[in-house]
Amino acid sequence: MVATISWKFTAREIAEKPELFTSGHRACAGCGPAIALRQIMKATRGPTIVTNATGCMEVVSTIYPYTAWKVPWIHTAFENAAANASGIEAALKAMKRKRRLKQEKVDVIAFAGDGGTFDIGIQALSGAAERGHDFLYVLYDNEAYMNTGIQRSGGTPHGASTTTSPGGTDIPGKTQMKKPIADIMVAHEIPYVATASIAYWQDLLIKARKGLEAEGPAFLHVFAPCPRGWRYDTSKTIELARLAVETCIFPLWEAIDSEYSLSPQSKIMTLKPERRKDVREYLKMQRRFGHLFKPKFEHVLTDIQKIIDKRWNKLLKKCSMT
Amino acid sequence: MRDEQKGWKDIPIAGVCWKPATEYHTGDWRTFKPVRDQAKCTKCLLCPMICPDTAIKWNKATEDIEFDYNFCKGCGICAHECPVDAIKMVREGA
Ligand SMILES: Cc1ncc(C[n+]2csc(CCOP(=O)(O)OP(=O)(O)O)c2C)c(N)n1
Ligand code: SF4
Ligand code: SF4
Ligand code: SF4
Ligand SMILES: [Mg+2]
Repeated sequence: MVATISWKFTAREIAEKPELFTSGHRACAGCGPAIALRQIMKATRGPTIVTNATGCMEVVSTIYPYTAWKVPWIHTAFENAAANASGIEAALKAMKRKRRLKQEKVDVIAFAGDGGTFDIGIQALSGAAERGHDFLYVLYDNEAYMNTGIQRSGGTPHGASTTTSPGGTDIPGKTQMKKPIADIMVAHEIPYVATASIAYWQDLLIKARKGLEAEGPAFLHVFAPCPRGWRYDTSKTIELARLAVETCIFPLWEAIDSEYSLSPQSKIMTLKPERRKDVREYLKMQRRFGHLFKPKFEHVLTDIQKIIDKRWNKLLKKCSMT
Repeated sequence: MRDEQKGWKDIPIAGVCWKPATEYHTGDWRTFKPVRDQAKCTKCLLCPMICPDTAIKWNKATEDIEFDYNFCKGCGICAHECPVDAIKMVREGA
């Protein structure tokens, strides 16, 4: 069950909260995932242990002998952030039973990228969800394997160019669709699942806190643009994270005990459809979609719009909005 | 600096990182530097929340934000997002 959230905060209180993910990490300038981690660590409610799958955020935050973490932090392999979190949670439980835990409560957060979640980490994640471990799993989604040089993943969207789904004169980028990972997690019937974007930091903090407060597994899917892999100017990270919501390519919602509801930032798109922006506006800002603006691939733009509309309508039904 | 380096007997086992990242300054990556117009800034606190490098801090004593140029990588997000256009990106050394 998810406690009805009583957490209210002002920007000032959040600004005054200690930074648990610090300066001095080596992420590229303008890195979206680094913003996601910073913001989520501002939502912690007490002693917290973090485990991090291999990927950009693990590499840039702990280049030996330096660490950007102010909490106990454990690096895990690419595929098993959720298995590691399960073990940490089980150990905490055992210590509590044996009265060896000084703290009343210790929260556990697992961070993993899209490669580490949609693809190689999904069986560890599914198992942890089925066993019901009490932890928050955060998927920071930069839509490709960035750490190893921009290879496509199950989270890469249709039409995007990556080094293993190149967009050129013959190939239109990735030909498959993005896996609906958050819906797959709702199907596990865990207490809390939500999507969030770094462009709406208050919403992201509240969802992270709800995930921590939920008793049992919680899954947070955070949209986090990557200037290096998406090929756009570093100053546009937040703008893209906002446009993704405004174009409905990445709607914001939560599912408490499998009951879906749209978050205000996406709900407004149904109440005031004129606010909804053309997805081309979002796509044309990123060179990973540049090839789609050649006449030859115009049909791919139409397909992308169709995918968005289909998924959006499905989501509205789940949220009882139709 | 060689003399600062520890031998294998001195470092923690299992590859545990022992130096805070804040001892590693990323500010020299920067090409453009954010400069704020204090008169325009409303202290809305948006920019400290969206800086990837925690290079904009709230100073309780002065009741104002301040930039930490030891870490700012010059991405330009703060300047691009500031609702009142209070931040300009200025080329370093210009
Ligand atoms: C079993 C295994 N295969 C491959 C790798 C190499 N590898 C390290 S990180 C990574 C990609 C990570 O992608 P993602 O999870 O999306 O995180 P990102 O780097 O984008 O933040 C790969 C393939 C590995 N560490 N382990
Ligand atoms: S490649 Fe992308 S996700 Fe990785 S550190 Fe750079 S900006 Fe961040
Ligand atoms: S976003 Fe602009 S107005 Fe708000 S605190 Fe930063 S500089 Fe000041
Ligand atoms: S330019 Fe980027 S790194 Fe520098 S203060 Fe602004 S947001 Fe932070
Ligand atoms: Mg990735």
